[in-house]
Amino acid sequence: MLEIKDLHAEVGGKEILKGLNLTINAGEIHAIMGPNGAGKSTLSYVLAGRDGYEVTKGSVLYKGQDLLDFSPDERANMGIFLAFQYPVEIPGVASATFFKTAYNAQRKYRGEQEVDAMEFLKLIREKTNELGIKDDMLKRPVNVGFSGGEKKRNEVLQMALLEPDLMLLDETDSGLDIDALKIAADGVNRLRSPERAGLVITHYQRLLDYIVPDFVHVLADGRIVKSGDKSLALELEEKGYTEMSAA
Amino acid sequence: MAISQETVEQVASVSEKYKYGFVSDIEADTAPIGLNEDIVRFISAKKEEPEWLLEWRLKAYRHWLTMEEPEWAKVEFPKIDFQDIYYYSAPVQKEKPKSLDEVDPELLEVYKKLGIPLKEQEVLAGVEGAHNVAVDAVFDSVSVATTFRERLEKEGVIFCPISEAVQNHPELVQKYIGSVVPHTDNYYAALNSAVFTDGSFCYIPKGVRCPMELSTYFRINAAQTGQFERTLIIADDESYVSYLEGCTAPMRDENQLHAAVVELVIHKDAEIKYSTVQNWYPGDENGVGGIYNFVTKRAACRGENSKVSWTQVETGSAITWKYPSCILQGDNSVGEFYSIAITNNLQQADTGTKMIHLGKNTSSTIISKGISAGRAQNTYRGLVRMGRKADNARNHTVCDSLLIGDKCGAHTVPYIENQSRTAKIEHEATTSKVSEEQLFYCQQRGLSEEESMALIVNGFCKEVLQKLPMEFAVEAQKLVGISLEGSVG
Ligand SMILES: Nc1ncnc2c1ncn2[C@@H]1O[C@H](COP(=O)(O)OP(=O)(O)OP(=O)(O)O)[C@@H](O)[C@H]1O
Ligand SMILES: [Mg+2]
Repeated sequence: MLEIKDLHAEVGGKEILKGLNLTINAGEIHAIMGPNGAGKSTLSYVLAGRDGYEVTKGSVLYKGQDLLDFSPDERANMGIFLAFQYPVEIPGVASATFFKTAYNAQRKYRGEQEVDAMEFLKLIREKTNELGIKDDMLKRPVNVGFSGGEKKRNEVLQMALLEPDLMLLDETDSGLDIDALKIAADGVNRLRSPERAGLVITHYQRLLDYIVPDFVHVLADGRIVKSGDKSLALELEEKGYTEMSAA
Repeated sequence: MAISQETVEQVASVSEKYKYGFVSDIEADTAPIGLNEDIVRFISAKKEEPEWLLEWRLKAYRHWLTMEEPEWAKVEFPKIDFQDIYYYSAPVQKEKPKSLDEVDPELLEVYKKLGIPLKEQEVLAGVEGAHNVAVDAVFDSVSVATTFRERLEKEGVIFCPISEAVQNHPELVQKYIGSVVPHTDNYYAALNSAVFTDGSFCYIPKGVRCPMELSTYFRINAAQTGQFERTLIIADDESYVSYLEGCTAPMRDENQLHAAVVELVIHKDAEIKYSTVQNWYPGDENGVGGIYNFVTKRAACRGENSKVSWTQVETGSAITWKYPSCILQGDNSVGEFYSIAITNNLQQADTGTKMIHLGKNTSSTIISKGISAGRAQNTYRGLVRMGRKADNARNHTVCDSLLIGDKCGAHTVPYIENQSRTAKIEHEATTSKVSEEQLFYCQQRGLSEEESMALIVNGFCKEVLQKLPMEFAVEAQKLVGISLEGSVG
């Protein structure tokens, strides 16, 4: 599904990704761990196509196409969803309006009929129920005044709604209480299927108790320096990055 | 130099030619180019106006001659040659397009985006023979339109072109015209008083709540609004009316200068809600060909507990110069001003309001949202004046500016004059930018860059959009997006 080869990327003229290789097949969940500033968020932004994250070398194939040819919204419409490490506030735009606009934009892209307000409300209520998210959040402007944890839940809700093929989660577990962590994990697990894949960035192996990954990678200084199965996460937690990379 | 001298001479010779014998020739469809007393007489004669109105026009004209064009607004444009304008032409139509196929595709594209039904598109684009069809389309059938009119009549509401009101209700027109915006008020108001050709008149009798928004009806007629429009609305004691002016569809007009006057009179316990969507042609990306929109709008809250609420969405015109104002004369009267002004490319807007508090316990609210993109300039200019007798008067002003890109400008110019010891005035102002982060977040959810921008800006404007009547609000939202096209990327 996703094939990253020798990826080099710069931000603000500084090289952050320095020859990153990673292949994710359909049906797989990969976890990425790594020290602060290693380039984990940068990787997620490069995949999502954010302005200012410039690929200087390497390639990214998504579903057999050159991902780097597409604009951020095209990528989203092709099924790539990024749950942001720092979700963005949009004052004055009700969450429900935002979700509906996004949902319909994606339907339109796929050549499907857009849904009306009533239909949408039914749909989003289903999702909030499934995820145990309070409905009153829908009326509030996107992420404005949300607590850190609420913002993260909001990301999971959008993911549940948009049902992406490739889920990118950037520290979605950070700042979540234990119940919310289960909800977030539940959101991912519900979408898990042989046709979908996921990349989960986290600092805590605890999340991986709930979202059991097929592979765990260590990203340090812009490269994948170590890969393994779930046990790698446990090992990391025990030893820390310094000792691991020394080994 | 030489050229302008030549023009002056030419104009002089032309007006010379028509000085004699012209006035009697009221069969003519068009008055000759330029402005002089004979032209004013001609217009008045054409409209078969009573003597007092002609006198009033002439007074205005003579006063106008003594005035200077105002230069204080933060707008720039080449000097207007007032002798190079036709002040009267009968509504003879130019060759109309035969069908939508002949209409500028760019215009049709905008209609489509606004979701305007096909039949209405035809009316707006001025397709030949479309008018009657559209009346059918909008009202279902002509009889429904008649029903509307009958309903208004039953309630005693007078709603007609002002020229008709001059004939049928001269006492009302004479009593109120110029009573809020005197002919001496300002340069463009004086000009308008001298040469206005038509506009709307509305009278809501005592105790009547106007049974419908005066909107759909107007929307159809909006296609024929003139260059010097004059609107007069009177709400008698305990009455209410919601009036909608303008149209979300872009209106092309051959006239570059628009100088309208709107006067509202609100008596005891009455309320007028006046909503405007202004989307005149802004000119091309280089600002060529756009409309100059110099409007004087003012409401007089004469009675106790009277209320006026101006809501405006200004997205069109090359230059907008407009300050809908409230004179809060009656005790406890309330004035509100909610404004969205969007400028893109080379558009310039200098807009705001004046709240003149005269009575006790009067209160006013101002919410202004200015959005600039491209190389546009957007100025909020607002005056809050608390008179000596305005005990416990209150004003609250919120003035937010949003910038898109770094070549545009936003300016806030508040004037505060307080002569009351007990009055309270609050002013908040913010300036923000649409962040790359916000755009990216929206795009990551599948919205195009332009859709993202429209969504974010609509969010910024929300408090004001909510003040619009429902049907208008939906269109206005789309309009916000459309006016910002080309501002990203
Ligand atoms: N605009 C920028 N200009 C210069 N350097 C930047 C810019 N944006 C990010 N960086 C740097 O890029 C590096 C990688 O940042 P990134 O956010 O990808 O790290 P991360 O692995 O996600 O870290 P964390 O675990 O703290 O979230 C950091 O050193 C950061 O300071
Ligand atoms: Mg990060």
